[in-house]
Amino acid sequence: MDYILIIISALIVNNVVLAQFLGICPFLGVSNKVNTAMGMAGAVTFVIVLATMVTYLIQVYILDKLGIAFMQTITFILVIAALVQMVEIILKKISQPLYQALGIFLPLITTNCAVLGVAILVIKKNYNLLEGVVFGASTALGFGLALIILAGIREQFELVDIPKGMRGVPISLVTAGILALAFMGFTGIVK
Amino acid sequence: MNQLQNLTKGLLKENPILVLVLGTCPTLATTSSSLNGMGMGIATTFVLIGSNVVISLLANVIPDKVRIPSFIVIIASFVTIVDLVMQAYVPDLYKTLGIFIPLIVVNCIVLGRAEAYASKNPVLSSFIDGLGMGLGFTVALGILGAFREIVGSGSIFGHKFIEGDGILVFILAPGAFMALGYLIALVNKIKKT
Repeated sequence: MDYILIIISALIVNNVVLAQFLGICPFLGVSNKVNTAMGMAGAVTFVIVLATMVTYLIQVYILDKLGIAFMQTITFILVIAALVQMVEIILKKISQPLYQALGIFLPLITTNCAVLGVAILVIKKNYNLLEGVVFGASTALGFGLALIILAGIREQFELVDIPKGMRGVPISLVTAGILALAFMGFTGIVK
Repeated sequence: MNQLQNLTKGLLKENPILVLVLGTCPTLATTSSSLNGMGMGIATTFVLIGSNVVISLLANVIPDKVRIPSFIVIIASFVTIVDLVMQAYVPDLYKTLGIFIPLIVVNCIVLGRAEAYASKNPVLSSFIDGLGMGLGFTVALGILGAFREIVGSGSIFGHKFIEGDGILVFILAPGAFMALGYLIALVNKIKKT
């Protein structure tokens, strides 16, 4: 039951982009086309789940054991950067099609605050490893959901006459705002 | 470019939020009131100045291949300093900003200035660049925060000037997106004329 609550809460009620403001840069950057949005969503999900596991183990077995929890920020960001690099190298070696689909998004993910954000939140909320992974995965899916919905809407913008000053980022932000308004309707499902 | 121009370019011409649209996550998340926004801006300014100075000093020592990881470690060190200092001296603000303090480390502005400016310029210019960009960031956060606070809760800098609630949606998530969207549209308009 707890797991279902975590999933619903992270996926729609506290949507990572629209309610918690994490990962806005890629949210605005790659939401031009549905296809690229899906690629990015896939890559982010992959990295978040992996990074949550690794950072959790490091926090519990190294930082807490040695009493150097204040090194959290430095350690986590280095681990994530290294992890992203590693994933890129491995993907290139073993699965060329997957690499071509996700490859260009991978370097961008290091500076996606959703990855570091989820890693820190899992520690803050005192989740255990399994809860952490479930939370990470559903957060990532929530990110993908918001990204793909926005991309779907933005594709329609090409057909619309938008005032000059609003073109590009401003109209996307206003659209995201309306989307966030819609997602607010889910508030109260999970307490 | 003289140093004064270097300082003021961050305010409007190359404003990190309103023109370059970098670092949007803390912008949206911490501007529910003007004080929170400016607190976040000052914390980021400190990290920007610190990392810019250190990176500009070390730029010749760091091998090109491990440039980015080294920059990230330097930035993360300054973020840790800010994190601990704020936890000790402004615990209330620290609690409100919460997870967004450690997340300064992935703020694109900081790494962006390190890579695009500090690694290629002398210490003094890098210091001024960091200060200018930080000021631009702080001012943008302050304006956005003040707007959302006035409309959303009918107060300014914590002083209430109307009875009852404002348009609540502006302090909540959707208002953040819309307010920033319209602010950027306004800046686009001003820049054209």
